[in-house]
Amino acid sequence: MKQLVILGAGTAGTMVANRLRRTLADDWRITLVDQSETHYYQPGFLFIPFGIYSQRDVVKPERDFVPPGVEFVVSPIELIEPERRRVRLSKDGRSLDYDFLVIATGTHIRPDQTPGLAEHEWRRSIFDFYTLEGAVALAKHLRIWKGGRLVVNVVDNPIKCPVAPLEFLMLADWFFRERGMRDRVELIYATPLSGAFTKPIAAKHLSNLLQEKEIQVVPDFMVERVDPDAKKLISYDEQEVAYDLLVSVPLNMGAEVIARSGLGDSLNYVAVDKHTFVSPKYPEIFALGDAAALPTSKAGSVAHFAVECFAENFVHYVEGLEMPHKFDGHANCFIESGFGKALLIDFNYDVEPLPGHYPLPGIGPLTLLKESEANHWGKLMFRWVYWHVLLKGRPLPLPALMSMAGKWQHN
Amino acid sequence: MIRSIAGQTVHVNEEGFLTASEEWTREIAEEIAREEGIAELTPAHWKVIEWCRAHAVNGRSPTLRQITEGTGISTKEMFALFPKGPAKKVARIAGLGKPEGCV
Repeated sequence: MKQLVILGAGTAGTMVANRLRRTLADDWRITLVDQSETHYYQPGFLFIPFGIYSQRDVVKPERDFVPPGVEFVVSPIELIEPERRRVRLSKDGRSLDYDFLVIATGTHIRPDQTPGLAEHEWRRSIFDFYTLEGAVALAKHLRIWKGGRLVVNVVDNPIKCPVAPLEFLMLADWFFRERGMRDRVELIYATPLSGAFTKPIAAKHLSNLLQEKEIQVVPDFMVERVDPDAKKLISYDEQEVAYDLLVSVPLNMGAEVIARSGLGDSLNYVAVDKHTFVSPKYPEIFALGDAAALPTSKAGSVAHFAVECFAENFVHYVEGLEMPHKFDGHANCFIESGFGKALLIDFNYDVEPLPGHYPLPGIGPLTLLKESEANHWGKLMFRWVYWHVLLKGRPLPLPALMSMAGKWQHN
Repeated sequence: MIRSIAGQTVHVNEEGFLTASEEWTREIAEEIAREEGIAELTPAHWKVIEWCRAHAVNGRSPTLRQITEGTGISTKEMFALFPKGPAKKVARIAGLGKPEGCV
């Protein structure tokens, strides 16, 4: 009997369990471990503060997505012991031996890493929307907020879903206009980046859009601490940004168990080969999804495309064969821009997001880097696709590797 | 693109970063530093520049977090030495590509 242990039952871990249960023979035992019994549709958190989604839209029991033939264990993870090929769990002192290990423990916000953030004003005048509790608390607050300076601040990169802060601001613009109070709200984006986004062509398109929506960008702002009483952000170079309502994207870090087990970098992400996800130190350990230290976005779409490559490679790898696919860092993200519209970006390790069209079999082309209603419907439809197709590892008509078809390049 | 810095002809990208780090010299660093508003490179600046050159991966400079952890220089000092975006500024002065952290 061969043992595969998957740590983390989020987007990547659940997909791996489904894909590999189908392709691995019956002499493989597959165990999936997570500390929570609940699966969250994390892309939906963004919509909760504005009352578009509620809690019940983004939560389902994980067991609904665990296929027969996979054991699901609910327990915190105590330690990974790579030299002994063993994982120790907190619950009942149980340990799991493995032949192969997939680490998919994700990334989490750490407001505790910025002084002043998670103190007495946390969830009073300082909020997050990267947790369900945070998004729900912010929804309640926005319903009664009278207006003022709303500052969205990213503490440091990388963050999960790097476009979400921009989407939040554009949805906020729409939300306050609909409520007839946009003139009483200032929208400010304080970011450590030099502009609205990381890649130059997309940054230009997005900064034009922010300007149209009267959203002010404060670039090169690296926050050191928050003064929750004076209500201001203070940067390492003593710049100050005042707020009435702070929506923070705190420092993102991988799971603590990664650090405890000596497997992480300074942010607790696992170093792996960017094309195959195998650890350079332990050939039986892989890391997928947000837990992996990869030079691409931490996003569900990356996890999806990565798992497709990984699952096909893995069956060759365990037979001692060369892995046939090389992951290219493909990411594909809808960017909600308010008023029933959205943009779409599609990129990889080497090609930045470009304008043009994205061919989608059965539905038709979607516009890239440009607002459209079809993109918005695509984003909303995606929730259904996520629960019913993606998590269960069923095939989607989307290529795992990026294609240049429809993209415009200048030369 | 090709441009001349400190009397040398070097290859740069649209943002003014050297694309071939072996073309870099200390004189080039001094001239780029002046363009970035740093009048003089002190031993503290050089410590960071040399550490980054020694720890570049595929020609890309380390991230700010990697620099502070690797050199023991605090984030605050980094902002004092290389105002505004320290990691990006060091990368340019050190003749390296932008850090890969921002994706």
